[in-house]
Amino acid sequence: MLFSSLENRRDVCCVLCGAAGLGIQTVEDMLAGIIADEGFCVFGSREYMSRVRGGNNSTELRIASEPVDALIDRIDILVALSQKVRRNIMERISADTVIFGDREELKGELEDLGASFVNIPLSSMAKETGGKIYSNSIAAGVLLGVLGLGTKGAEEFYRKRFAGKNDVVTRNIGAVTKGYELGLSIAGEGGVLQGRPRNSGRRKTILNGSDAVSLGAMAAGCNFVTAYPMSPATGVLSFFAKHAEKVGAVVEQVEDELAAMNMAVGAAYAGARPLVTTSGGGFALMAEGLSLAGVMETPVVVHLSQRPGPATGMATRTEQADLELALYSGHGEFPRALYAPGTMESAFRLAQEAFEIALKYQTPAIVLTDQYFMNAFYNLDADGLSWLDEPPPIPETAAEYRRYEDTPDGYSPFGVPGWGKGVVGADSHEHDEVGHVYEDFDLRTRMQDKRMRKLAGMTARALPPMLVGPESFSNLVVCWGSTIPIVREALQRLGRNDTALLAFEQVWPLAPSVGDLLRKATFTAVVEGNSTGQFAGLLRKTFGVAADRRVLKYNGLQFSVEEVADRLGEILPGKGGSR
Amino acid sequence: MMDFTAFDLPGIDLSWCPGCGDIKILDSIKKALVELGLGPLDVVMVSGIGQAAKTPHYMKAHFFNGLHGRALPNATAIKAANPALEVIALGGDGDMYGEGGNHFTHTIRRNPGITNLVFNNMVYGLTKGQASPTSPIGFRTSVQVDGVHAQPFNPLAAALAQGATFVARAFAGNGDQTKEIIKRAVRHKGYALVDIFQPCVSFNSVNTYKWFMDNTYTLEGHDEDDFGKAMELALLQEGPFPLGVLYRKEGVPVFEETLAAYRKDDRPLFRREAPRKAVKELLASPAI
Ligand SMILES: Cc1ncc(C[n+]2csc(CCOP(=O)(O)OP(=O)(O)O)c2C)c(N)n1
Repeated sequence: MLFSSLENRRDVCCVLCGAAGLGIQTVEDMLAGIIADEGFCVFGSREYMSRVRGGNNSTELRIASEPVDALIDRIDILVALSQKVRRNIMERISADTVIFGDREELKGELEDLGASFVNIPLSSMAKETGGKIYSNSIAAGVLLGVLGLGTKGAEEFYRKRFAGKNDVVTRNIGAVTKGYELGLSIAGEGGVLQGRPRNSGRRKTILNGSDAVSLGAMAAGCNFVTAYPMSPATGVLSFFAKHAEKVGAVVEQVEDELAAMNMAVGAAYAGARPLVTTSGGGFALMAEGLSLAGVMETPVVVHLSQRPGPATGMATRTEQADLELALYSGHGEFPRALYAPGTMESAFRLAQEAFEIALKYQTPAIVLTDQYFMNAFYNLDADGLSWLDEPPPIPETAAEYRRYEDTPDGYSPFGVPGWGKGVVGADSHEHDEVGHVYEDFDLRTRMQDKRMRKLAGMTARALPPMLVGPESFSNLVVCWGSTIPIVREALQRLGRNDTALLAFEQVWPLAPSVGDLLRKATFTAVVEGNSTGQFAGLLRKTFGVAADRRVLKYNGLQFSVEEVADRLGEILPGKGGSR
Repeated sequence: MMDFTAFDLPGIDLSWCPGCGDIKILDSIKKALVELGLGPLDVVMVSGIGQAAKTPHYMKAHFFNGLHGRALPNATAIKAANPALEVIALGGDGDMYGEGGNHFTHTIRRNPGITNLVFNNMVYGLTKGQASPTSPIGFRTSVQVDGVHAQPFNPLAAALAQGATFVARAFAGNGDQTKEIIKRAVRHKGYALVDIFQPCVSFNSVNTYKWFMDNTYTLEGHDEDDFGKAMELALLQEGPFPLGVLYRKEGVPVFEETLAAYRKDDRPLFRREAPRKAVKELLASPAI
């Protein structure tokens, strides 16, 4: 049987690959929507080259009855649209992989790999339908047929996407139907998802990292977004631009990151809730403005989406190597909060948290994501998302208002120009309570203490890491940000009763309880996407506990579940029960 | 009766040298604002770093004294966040044309409703006398030991070329005239540049009060709508240099008025609640 290996799997993993410009992303969007509408859970992840045309891209779709949210290596069904399939896909083909491809197009590539090769004459079928550009729709149809999901969803999709262009709609539907019939005949009656339980249909909202961060910021009342485009952070800028009127936000693409950050600080001074979105290279330029926000005590939220560096690195690839940049960027000393969501739900929540902390403590907050997270998506239940309380309105100032009033908590009553009877001053120099430059060594000490005192409050309410697994652990695996679902699933696979996961979504300040947890373990391993173990170093610096092992990856690709399971399996001491 | 002390800040410790042109400009600014009927709570003075950029600390008004070269992005954002505020961005020639050169160009392109005053002393005052982008060729300093080789930056011509909708030049020594030009700049809808010749008594022994007096004249009967003429005047390499409004254009879209954020809601951003309903709708619509 062609798909017999799928019978014992909890999910089906399909990968589509092909040259850029062939419309793989359209297929991915369409399939994901249909799968979710049909009551299944879907997880998608995309990897692509830094080119507009040419080069080979791929997209992974995991389909299951229960939620799936992590990247895996295993490919059950591979659809290859063009030749020169890259090594990172080749290496994932196993003896169980069923490969679909056009023999004529692939010229023998992939034939001897995998469980079997199924020829789909894409080019000739596309020609019959109306041209080469329809081959992606045929491929989509083949997959729909193999999965047994019908063609109705596809018809609706094309009607919406190409509204008004009737012949384009008709040709696409024709192409999908052709592919569908072929797919169905290959998979046999009902398709491979037949018999799998479907969920009640509540998971209707598909979010990727970019959407989740943007929507969370919007929920917190973010109304001022400035950026200079840089992959992989641009999605947040375009999402805001698209909905600027609806959510009442000022959105501007500016001349450089210096302007983006300095505008954000100006806007915050005037009472807006600003967000800047960038990647490491842009954030490097924002350092001076971040420091300005620190001394001016203005709430600014930064979305820093990581990609490999140094410098331009790999523009469309992923890494977790900007933790230290985010933590130490900006001259002088000032408090800041750093968040790193692992799931779409927490990205929505943490973007709000970042605004809440930034507004309350009047200091920068940074949300760290990465290319993998920006482009990963799954369907979720929007009713289950958490909403923090709306930030309180800004009070009017009194005539004797002092912007930098020294208070026990370190943060001062926030006032803005044009609202009340007070004069509102802000200064980049060391200043007095009113905000005027005034060089006095005692004042300097007092003001620096005032600003740094905020860190105590921020530490006290820092989100504790999530402990997943047995409370009686002796081994502790630590990770942060986008790798969380991957490491979690890897540990589930290992199924050890002596090993727990400590997953961090706030990476600074760190909750004080962390030290005890780290000391309780007899062995700790930190899994992270960089070459020096930045988070392991931060834990050591903060709590004096050194990780026993670091599991690092920095080739530009995200960890997969299998890879983490294998690498942890090799180093975890003890037997720890079932494996 | 107008209160000419409205913008005075008592007990200030002025760090400008005696005779500094900045003192006269400060006086012209305060008078201009009073004559426009504005008060300290209507105005935000935005500046960067430099001697000129200290101005907001010497008068009573809202102030934002930011980083070297960044006053224009700060000011644009403040205006965009609350268009009801009168926003004045000011600083020296190094600050605005050197460190902030890129922002200068792009602020003009955006045309926000702010006033940009540049105290042009053709030298770096605060850092003690290095050449600035407007220093003349041959100007000797402790750094430009053989004299300046580079072409001086021409702010007026650059602004005109970039489409600035209000371009003027003033001279600190002419207090009343400077005041009148500032008043017109503040009233102008859109970005207004006033480049103010300002003698630095400590570090510029070339461009002195006498030099400016000998090398400037007041524009009379000039047609402010005539772009070609304005450009011709702006491009003059040698004095005498004209003082007054070289060019002015109405009706060009103003940055903050083009923003989608104000299409259906004219409240300043700080008065808006989080758009929770809109977010729920976005979450519910299948193709976001
Ligand atoms: C990023 C940065 N670089 C350099 C400086 C040092 N600096 C302060 S003011 C200044 C130039 C001041 O000249 P100008 O803007 O012409 O103003 P003036 O003092 O003459 O009024 C410089 C270079 C700084 N503060 N920040």
